[in-house]
Amino acid sequence: MDLQFSTEQNLFRDTVERFIREDYTFDIRSRIIANDEPYDDMWRKIAELGWFALPFPESLGGLDGTAIDLNIVAEGIGRGLVIDPVLPTILAGLLVSRLGTEQQKEIVIPPLIEGNLKLALALSEPGNRYDLNAITTTATHSADGWIIDGHKALVPGANNADRLLIPARTESGEIGVFLIKPGIAGLTIRPLGLHDSTTAADVILEQVALPDDALLGAEQNARSALEWVFDLGIAAATGEALGAMDSLSKMTLAFLKERKQFGRPLSENQALQHRMVDLTIAVEEARSSALSAALQVTVPDYATRARALSLAKIEINRTARTVGQEAVQLHGAMGMTEELPIGHYFKRLTAISGLFGTSNWHVHRITRIDAASRDQGKK
Amino acid sequence: MMKLELTTDEQIFADEVRDFVARNLPADIAEKVRRGAILGRDDHMRWQQILASCNWHAFSWPKEHGGPGWSVTQRYLFENICGEMDCPLIQPFGPRMAGPVIFSFGTEDQKARFLPGIRESTDWWCQGYSEPHAGSDLATLSTRAEDDGEHYIINGQKIWTSYAHYANWMFCLVRTSNEDRPQKGITFLLIDMSTPGVRVDPIVGMDGRHSFNSVFFDDVRVPKENRIGEEGKGWTYAKFLLEHERIDNAALGVTKQALERVRQMASVPIDSATPLIEDPIFSSRLIAIEAQFASLEMTALRVLSAVNSGESPGPASSLLKIRGTEIAQQISELALEIAGQYAQVRPSMNGTYDCAPSGPEQTEMAMTNYLWKRAMSIYGGSNEVQKNIISKRILEM
Ligand SMILES: Cc1cc2nc3c(=O)[nH]c(=O)nc-3n(C[C@H](O)[C@H](O)[C@H](O)COP(=O)(O)OP(=O)(O)OC[C@H]3O[C@@H](n4cnc5c(N)ncnc54)[C@H](O)[C@@H]3O)c2cc1C
Repeated sequence: MDLQFSTEQNLFRDTVERFIREDYTFDIRSRIIANDEPYDDMWRKIAELGWFALPFPESLGGLDGTAIDLNIVAEGIGRGLVIDPVLPTILAGLLVSRLGTEQQKEIVIPPLIEGNLKLALALSEPGNRYDLNAITTTATHSADGWIIDGHKALVPGANNADRLLIPARTESGEIGVFLIKPGIAGLTIRPLGLHDSTTAADVILEQVALPDDALLGAEQNARSALEWVFDLGIAAATGEALGAMDSLSKMTLAFLKERKQFGRPLSENQALQHRMVDLTIAVEEARSSALSAALQVTVPDYATRARALSLAKIEINRTARTVGQEAVQLHGAMGMTEELPIGHYFKRLTAISGLFGTSNWHVHRITRIDAASRDQGKK
Repeated sequence: MMKLELTTDEQIFADEVRDFVARNLPADIAEKVRRGAILGRDDHMRWQQILASCNWHAFSWPKEHGGPGWSVTQRYLFENICGEMDCPLIQPFGPRMAGPVIFSFGTEDQKARFLPGIRESTDWWCQGYSEPHAGSDLATLSTRAEDDGEHYIINGQKIWTSYAHYANWMFCLVRTSNEDRPQKGITFLLIDMSTPGVRVDPIVGMDGRHSFNSVFFDDVRVPKENRIGEEGKGWTYAKFLLEHERIDNAALGVTKQALERVRQMASVPIDSATPLIEDPIFSSRLIAIEAQFASLEMTALRVLSAVNSGESPGPASSLLKIRGTEIAQQISELALEIAGQYAQVRPSMNGTYDCAPSGPEQTEMAMTNYLWKRAMSIYGGSNEVQKNIISKRILEM
């Protein structure tokens, strides 16, 4: 066992942190949100840093990085409250590299790595919550190819995506994932305004006609690949949440030391000192959960992996709630404003708690996994 | 003798309230409240004036000041029924805050000038206490009032003033002296918001709403006849008010309704699984909150009953404020749990979406409410300050 970052990883962390500190300041972010800053420039800068190349194999122009490396990026994204859909694009790319044919990978991955192709993956529908098997979008096969009908909800990054990945149920009852170019007849993209200022859209598909080779890897049983990508999503979310919590906790400490009431800094009240200690403990717990998620997301066995990832997500949701709520509370009314970063961190942390499964949902997932393994034991 | 059952008279009263609300609450307003949407000034004023038509706007006032003179039980019933039937919350700044200070400490002339506008809800009041450097430590406020014969001349800044942009009057704490303890140089003034030199700047909340403001005073002339009580005694009046405000801040009628809403929300299935209400993990959280709420409600009735028999609410009001706000916040968290990822979509400021919502209808306001409810443990004297009051005043620690 070794839980230390390597020298390269430490260097990489420094570059990620420097980029966030210098090139993705809260000011710049606010300008991106207000549309005053060209969005594509930032995307290209991020590509130049190699973030998109990180998790992909060298054969496709990637850097062959590990899940730990990806979490270093995710942590930076959380720290900087990066609203560009970097992680959703990477997750979607990883699904293509797992399911796609060589030709599909060639079309998608190298331009993605260079920052020239944005991908969006649709995991939600208006009625499926987190159940990947409850997908109602359908794919019907005909002589000319596929016809897709359905409604995808809250697809991160779909507003600006160059390609969409749409899971749909085929007539065999299995789920296939379709690669779709926006602009095609029958496809509507309805942008949403989100609390945390990230971008997402609903995607409505009405009789969208696709050629045969739009189906990723000609694979009609993509369920376990989707479950894998969902767990990768959890791992990325834990990293992002950690970055946000760490920044938020530091800002809160600085505020308590600076803000004076009753003739002394707030930090001199023992009641608040203890609250700040609890925040710090929560951040360390989050750090461990994020690490645990990154180390176990590569485990091939579904039950082992999913169980570990569910535990990590439950912990991240708990700590994100504590750190977010306490940071707002300790900032007083200032914490309630749109002007300060505090509220923005709080909103992103709240959103992350609702992404890739709430705690209640994960308790059920663990219960299901445990019940299945007890059943197996009996046999 | 102690008992929970309503008397026949109380039952008749409850029926009368239900009947009035059923006949008079405008459907569009009830619909907004039901959806948890954001109400505008007109929505509030329209409903409050309907209530005022039978003198129910200032429903907590005694008869001698023109109120209905209701008992504690009647007030409790009224608030609960209004909550149940999707009435907007009566804005507290006039009837719950400015009014009681004016009728307790104001002159006959002030009562005649200001009470009718509050009772009839033709004026909108705002509360000018907090300043950038005086939050929890309110007594260090520094907005200056200089004596200029018949007038005070006001200079300084208030912050976080809720609905100052709707208000035509502000009750305000200003500093008239720097000698002695900071509490002693504070004076309570009523300020006409249309006076030259008053400027209101919006502050946008993290939920995207504009509810609070900065209010700047630049040589604002306020006639001395707008001073409540004596110069330098403002702190006493403000403290009287804060204790009453805290009982109201427990907002029990609203919380009860929120609990009911979250139960309904959980009863509608979202995914293919059974509705969350049938999930023991979820419902144990819901019921634990309900249990805590039931006990809080009983505590509130105990306090109100004591107040009714002449005692001051005192530090018990702090207890109500702490638990009342915590419970309301927990309920909003349950709604988030139900809404899951669908909570992310942000409605626009007037409570409608810029776009159609993505998830099921009942999830639409979950995150806005959750974000907003965080403020409850900050305003009206933060929950930490309430704990300081209990430890100092009750426990003498
Ligand atoms: C939505 C909203 C509406 C409001 N509306 C109004 C209004 O209409 N009019 C008005 O005048 N004001 C209003 N306020 C302001 C409110 O009264 C103040 O926010 C409150 O008094 C706290 O002050 P502060 O925000 O400056 O926080 P601070 O006093 O700076 O406190 C920051 C944190 O430190 C804690 N703290 C401070 N001192 C201590 C201590 N001694 N021991 C332990 N903890 C401590 C606080 O509890 C808080 O958590 C509103 C606030 C909000 C959020």
